[in-house]
Amino acid sequence: MNDFVEVISPGLFSTIQDQGRFGFRKYGSPTAGVMDEQSAALANHLLNNPSGSPVLEITMTGPKLLFSTSTLISIAGADISPKLNEHSISINKVIAIQKGDILSFGALRYGCRCYLAIKDGFQTEYILNSYSYFSNITTNNRIKKGDQLPIKKHVAKQSHFSTVKIDDEFFKTINIKCSKGPEYHLVSNSEIVFQSNFSISNDSNRMGYRLDGPAIPYPTAFEMLTSSVLPGTVQLTPSGQLIILMKDCQTTGGYPRILQLTTDGINKLSQKKAADLVALVLQE
Amino acid sequence: MSNRPQHFNLTFKPIGHSALLIEWPQQIEETILNDILNLQSRIEHELKDIIVETINAYNSLTLIYKHEVVSRDQLEDEIKKIYAVKSQAVTQQKKIWYIPVCYDKEFGIDLEEIAQLKKCDPNEIIKLHSSIEYLIHFIGFLPGFLYLGGLPESIHVPRKSTPRIQIKKGAVAIGGKQTGIYPSESPGGWNIIGNSPLNFFSPNQNPPCFAKAGDLLKFYSIKKSEHQQIATEVENGSFKIEYEIR
Repeated sequence: MNDFVEVISPGLFSTIQDQGRFGFRKYGSPTAGVMDEQSAALANHLLNNPSGSPVLEITMTGPKLLFSTSTLISIAGADISPKLNEHSISINKVIAIQKGDILSFGALRYGCRCYLAIKDGFQTEYILNSYSYFSNITTNNRIKKGDQLPIKKHVAKQSHFSTVKIDDEFFKTINIKCSKGPEYHLVSNSEIVFQSNFSISNDSNRMGYRLDGPAIPYPTAFEMLTSSVLPGTVQLTPSGQLIILMKDCQTTGGYPRILQLTTDGINKLSQKKAADLVALVLQE
Repeated sequence: MSNRPQHFNLTFKPIGHSALLIEWPQQIEETILNDILNLQSRIEHELKDIIVETINAYNSLTLIYKHEVVSRDQLEDEIKKIYAVKSQAVTQQKKIWYIPVCYDKEFGIDLEEIAQLKKCDPNEIIKLHSSIEYLIHFIGFLPGFLYLGGLPESIHVPRKSTPRIQIKKGAVAIGGKQTGIYPSESPGGWNIIGNSPLNFFSPNQNPPCFAKAGDLLKFYSIKKSEHQQIATEVENGSFKIEYEIR
């Protein structure tokens, strides 16, 4: 009947996300949605879910979850040592779940965000055309202890599933692809931007990633009216720092938009955590 | 027949592979706003099969488009064609919204300081702030945050040097040359002069905002007891926001 996944402990920061909330940026509502679209799509694909089905996005430290019914799950993206009833399980593979099973996580082996997909997707609240959690739009902005996330019962017809091999270059590369942004012409020294390695600042989350690195000259006598920014927009701040806006970013901003990450760039950056190195690569 | 009064030189710039930025001259002006809103509504109507969403700001319109269906060059051509046709403006019904604000010092925590800075009585600031018909240029920053034009120069107040960690939902504030209402609890550096008990973003309604770009907005002063009363009515859904059609 009312089947669910119960949150025994929430982990660091986990949210329900789908492909995002489109059509509401003009009302100031961020797009939100999964940070790493490629890994979330893989998790859904393994279960034959429609792409963009709502998944649980788990950041660095995993939750502990209890299943009230049988279903199928798959986990893709970062490897946070998942365990089913205390036994290690593979990622990038379909796993059959029985009623009463407990999914937990251990040490972060690589990446930053992992995606837990469930057969037919999580059935949480659907607001303004999306399941994606966001403060003041959905009731919750993260999962918390005691939450019961609604799911559909599914009885598996098979018990053996094969593992998909992924290219680990996706997690290892420091190269983040981008194109020129609307205010690229204000960059007076492109060598600093493209030939430096930047380190991800502690102050990085679903709204944006701050990069620590050499200061980039800020244009003098520059004026810009507040204008729209998008996930993947790279802003140059007056202190010479770069901020890369991510899925929960504000809809408008007033700093020069010097670069725009490609979708692949956003996906790869989403798997970086504080102190990881990145390099910006201009793609023509 | 009211044809478009002015024709601007538009510039087109890509933002990645699926967004196109259209820019007007860099000015905050009502004629520009009207031209943006006119083009926006025609694009949303005529190109709805290839446009995912449109985002307007002071002097720009950003289009998110289906890059798998249309190339940027094709899209740019389509927009130029639409803009070139001197069709009658899609007349949007403009409204003026009357917004209750309690300027009591319990809410208007920076009012006294501003009055000292401006060497005047706090009541003069309240009177001036609530006498203006502000123009809504666009909605951005936070869900339901209205960018308002028209704050008189005599009550421009620099932003606080240290932003507050938490500003209450509904706070009415002045930041530099702008005034606005915080639609949700948020950090912020603006000077707070009052509080409105209304919801500026309602996630369970579509559209989620009662006001839209191009509308006007006027504040009116209410007592603390009225603030409480209206807050209760907003909560149970019985409060009707007053407006007139312009």
